[in-house]
Formats: sequence, C-alpha cells, structure tokens
Amino acid sequence: MIREYLPVLLQIIVAVGFAAAVLIVSVIVGKSGRRTRVKDTAYECGMVPQGEAQPRFGVKFYLVAMLFILFDLEIVFMYPWAVVYKETIGHSTLILWSMLSFISILMVGYVYALKKGALDWKK
Amino acid sequence: MSPFLFWIFAGLMLVFGAGVVLNRNPVASALSLVVSFLGLAALFMSLDAYFIGIIQVLVYAGAVMVLFLFIIMLLDLRAEKLRKINWLASAGGIAVAVALSVQILYVIGNFRFSQQPFPPLARSTVDDVHHVGSLLFENYNLPFQIIGVLVLVATIGVVVLSKRELR
Repeated sequence: MIREYLPVLLQIIVAVGFAAAVLIVSVIVGKSGRRTRVKDTAYECGMVPQGEAQPRFGVKFYLVAMLFILFDLEIVFMYPWAVVYKETIGHSTLILWSMLSFISILMVGYVYALKKGALDWKK
Repeated sequence: MSPFLFWIFAGLMLVFGAGVVLNRNPVASALSLVVSFLGLAALFMSLDAYFIGIIQVLVYAGAVMVLFLFIIMLLDLRAEKLRKINWLASAGGIAVAVALSVQILYVIGNFRFSQQPFPPLARSTVDDVHHVGSLLFENYNLPFQIIGVLVLVATIGVVVLSKRELR
C-alpha cells in the first residue's frame, strides 16, 4: 500500500532537492555585493520611490477569486460522478441528467456574472 | 499506514501550524497554512479517506488559500510589522491553552473506552470516492441539486456584494 506512494515521495525529494540545490549553489558560486539602505529600496526607474513596496490590490481580484472557488466546488462534485458514471449509465441514465441539471443550475450563475459584467476587467 | 508516517505528518502539521502563528509576515503564515493542510490531507489518505484528502488539497490548500492570499494583498501589511508582541497577553493565552489540554488529557485518561484500542478499519473492496458517488447520484439526487442552487445563490451574492455598480 505504502509502496505505491514511492513515486510521489521521489517526486517530492527531486522537487525539494532541486530548489535547495539552486539556492545553495547560487549562494556558494554567486558573488554578493554590499548591501546598503539605498540598494534595499524598491527600484522606481531612478526616482525616489513613493508609497509602499506592496501596493494594495483592487477588490476586483477578490471577486474573481471567489467566483473561482464557487466553480471549483462544482468540479469537486465531478470526481465521484466520473468514478461511478461508467457502471451506473448501463442501467439508468439518471446520473447523466442529474449532473446536467446541476451544471445548468450553476450555468445560470455564470451567465448572471457575465451579464452583470462581474468578469469585465476594464470597467 | 505505519505509525512512523503518522508521526511524520502529524509533526509536520504541528510545526507549520505553529509557523502560522509565529511568522510576522502574513504571506509566510499563509504558506505555512498550506503545508499544514497538505499534512492533514496525507493523514486523511492514510485513513483510506481519499476523497476528503483530495478535497483538502483541492479546495482548502488550493482555492481557500488563494482567497487568503488575496485578503493579505488587500490589507495594509505595515500595520502587522509594527505591532509589538504583548508578552502578558501571550503568556495568558499559553496558560489557557495548557490548562485546556491538561483538562482534556485528564478526561480522556479517566474515560473507560479510551483505554481500549480502536478496532481495525473495515477493509472495503471499493474506494470511498466510489461510495460517495453511488450514494450521491442514486439516493441523494435531490439534495445534490439543492447544493447546486446553494452554490448559485452564493455566486449571485458574490457578484451583488462586490460589484460596485451593477449593469
């Protein structure tokens, strides 16, 4: 059982090892310059920077993220659906229609968001 | 699942959970929370609850953490950096936490059923995603559609609340 997860472990080891190796090699091989206060300020095309290094984002991003979560939830229900679909469809087509109806209910929300301009970036 | 793996993932969760609280940088806290969620997903999978494990990764570590990161971007990060640690308050908090865990340990220690080992998990030939799927689409079709309506309501609520002027 656990043996089946060996490829996952290997992949994690390779990913972490690669990231660590790149960091360590860049520290060993690279030359680090002297750090001064001026060097640590944000680069602003030669001008004195104004405001903060991390500007605050518009709430528009948040709207997109929340819509993403809602449609992500829809996808979660498709996992068990896809798993049982093949054996269930043989004796009844209910499973197909129930998922179609589920998607069409959510499609109403998608069309609403589109029509209300929630996904328009420019405005 | 060997207890060895359980201790690894439980330890990982605890270390990164502490990292969430102790980090002064909110982005680092959020990323620690992601690792903590991944450890939780591994624990779920070790209990043969693959579906919950996958959802833990997909919805919590993926989608909800994206929301957390967006909230952090909306906030003013300087206020958090300037905040001083109130030692008296943290000492009080630690005292309350320790008292609570001592109480819980005491209750569990005196509880008769807690001394018996758990019966082993019933081995099933089909995986849990299968169970969820067949139950959801055969016995609980109407609740499934109602979930769809619920998500639809949430979608409309999001659009109404966060769009300044509706078209």
